[in-house]
Amino acid sequence: MSKLFYLSAAVAALLSHPLAAAASDADLQAIREQIRQLKQSYEQRITQLEQRLAQAEANSHESVPAQEQPAVQAASSSESAFNPAILLVLGGTYGQLKQDPAVPATGFAMSAHPGHSQGFNLGESELGISANIDPDFRGIATLALASAGGVTVENAFVQTSALGNGLNLKFGRYFSGLGYLNEQHAHTWDFVDQPLVYASLWNNQLGEDGVQVKWLAPTDTFIELGAELGRGRGFPGTDRVKNGIGSGVLFAHIGDDIGIEHSLRAGISLHQTRRTDAVSTAVADLPGTPGGVNNSFSGDSRTVGMDFVWKYSPDGNNRHLKVQGEYFQRRESGLLTYDTALANISDRYAATQSGWYLQSVYQFMPHWRSGLRYDRLDPGTASMGALNAGNIISNYGFQPTRTSLMLDYSPSEFSRLRLQLARDNSRQGLPDNQLFVQYIMSLGAHGAHQY
Amino acid sequence: MNKFLFLTLLFISTASHAALNVFACEPEWAALTQLLAGDKASLYTATRALQDPHRVEARPSLIARARRANLLVCTGAGLETAWLPVIVRESGNAAIRPGNSGYFEAARFVQMLEIPARLDRSEGDVHAAGNPHIQTDARNFLPVADALSKRLILLDPANTGYYQQQLTTFNQQWRTAIARWEKQAAPLKGVSIIAQHRGFPYLNNWLGLKQVAELEAKPGMEPSVAHLSQVLNELQQAKMVLRAAYQDERPSAWIAERAHISAVVLPYTVGGTAQASDLYALFDDTINRLLAGLK
Repeated sequence: MSKLFYLSAAVAALLSHPLAAAASDADLQAIREQIRQLKQSYEQRITQLEQRLAQAEANSHESVPAQEQPAVQAASSSESAFNPAILLVLGGTYGQLKQDPAVPATGFAMSAHPGHSQGFNLGESELGISANIDPDFRGIATLALASAGGVTVENAFVQTSALGNGLNLKFGRYFSGLGYLNEQHAHTWDFVDQPLVYASLWNNQLGEDGVQVKWLAPTDTFIELGAELGRGRGFPGTDRVKNGIGSGVLFAHIGDDIGIEHSLRAGISLHQTRRTDAVSTAVADLPGTPGGVNNSFSGDSRTVGMDFVWKYSPDGNNRHLKVQGEYFQRRESGLLTYDTALANISDRYAATQSGWYLQSVYQFMPHWRSGLRYDRLDPGTASMGALNAGNIISNYGFQPTRTSLMLDYSPSEFSRLRLQLARDNSRQGLPDNQLFVQYIMSLGAHGAHQY
Repeated sequence: MNKFLFLTLLFISTASHAALNVFACEPEWAALTQLLAGDKASLYTATRALQDPHRVEARPSLIARARRANLLVCTGAGLETAWLPVIVRESGNAAIRPGNSGYFEAARFVQMLEIPARLDRSEGDVHAAGNPHIQTDARNFLPVADALSKRLILLDPANTGYYQQQLTTFNQQWRTAIARWEKQAAPLKGVSIIAQHRGFPYLNNWLGLKQVAELEAKPGMEPSVAHLSQVLNELQQAKMVLRAAYQDERPSAWIAERAHISAVVLPYTVGGTAQASDLYALFDDTINRLLAGLK
């Protein structure tokens, strides 16, 4: 009301003023604006009053009945009300292998070799805890329950939630965002094991202690760029005890829908680390030392990767097809020490190794899925200094392959039973027929899954 | 100078044409936002009528669209837990985080039904906050529209007058429509029905339908033949079996054939059937289909 008074006073003063005519356009503009605002505010109030009246009228002859009342309101003490979400995954496998699983893929003895377990074993049992810490941060920890006893920290990281502008920052221990499969936890894998290329080049999954920053472009097409700086803890990194950065990762993802039934994501990634005294055991050599020798490598390791996933779900999502593939190529160059126990000969060494897989999973009826995966590795040709030319095998002349067939049944979203058969030709002269039976059960808070 | 002014005005006016980027989780909320915000909002609908809103994947396209959204309009009550949290997180958009003004859950503004007394996964896919399928009772749109309009005003105060006007219009027309639907649906009162999924408590509550059985043994579990046979034995005087358009037609067809009752497909949301082209048509079609099922 006082606003109106001042305004009228101002208008009156203006009109009575001899210089009114000379008042600048800007002043007039300001007054017009004020009058307009006043008018608008009154209009709003009238509309509100009309609304209230209309509502009151309506409520008098119609009120929404609440027939069913909640039986029990969630009663939680103030202490437990803030408990984080807890997910316990119980997983176990039975493995039937004809060959010793400790033998690595031919030509990859100096790479990782997670292998398989035989007989009954506790597979991917893990405990996940997550919650918002405050408006700015969210915390996640995943503890893996090792089958031999003991607990390892798989993930323990903090994620920002209030940066905005498409930025997400993550720090702590996390699975690197490179590739497609790397970030996925074992209980969401479509097969019992990881593809050979992941097993050999990333020891199943690259876990890192470090910082990750991701930025999502403000476009209708999904374009995400990410960078990580880490300790270099996960294979191929060699854990370090000094200042600085041990590994770096860059990745980019692009994704979109095609029509209403297809969706797609593709990506490229780059990983770089400096390896120091990376020891590999039981490596076959040219002289044919029984049981192999121990080698040690120090040098640079650079890996490039490409990944894609395509999903097709006709008219909804009950039945769908997923096709995915990834390719990684690693170039290592540096100094290799042959037979650290006896000969101990060091000379330069360089090798390029690569691998890929292509897999498809089809949900052919509710609860049932089948999958087929083909794996292939290429040990490449190593080049080395003259001192080791007679010791180290430079060309294996063999490309490891494996074909896996999977069938799984999920009675509900929270349980899954799986059968997997594999024809493993990853070790020269040791073809293997493998059979796995697996269960994966989730208890407690079951969060949303990534694409 | 004039040209520059004109261009500036043109820019401002085009910008104000769609001041708000709205990301609607389900088609019914997109339709409601459309009625309340008109051309002041540019709308993106995350799911289609024939998709099961429980089982949507956090696709890259959804994350990209959420990135620039000013407002997320969703059902809530746990309906979108399988995908929405990932989308909000990955979008790097702080405005649409739960608790911020850009996050709107319709279920917060209606009286929830079927809040479980016992939370146990052996009961199937139960929702702790109650049954989330609130859009089957037309009356629920009134409190939601009221709250949504307030949210639009909060985010875009420059258009306050417009939003209030739209809300008034909506309230009047919607109340008239409710009265008409209730009159049309009078013959449905007390009619016994079977539901394929526990998805119609609000509809039953509104129109007085009596649900005598469910085809899913537990919510979210696909009906098995054994359970269907049991339901068939328990059938009393059910007149029809209901399913939402996105659900598999076989279980209800199986029961309908053996029990000699009609199988009724309800659009469930805007776009679920060819007739349900907007929010009004959604309920016109729902009631027409129910009445046709009586015959």
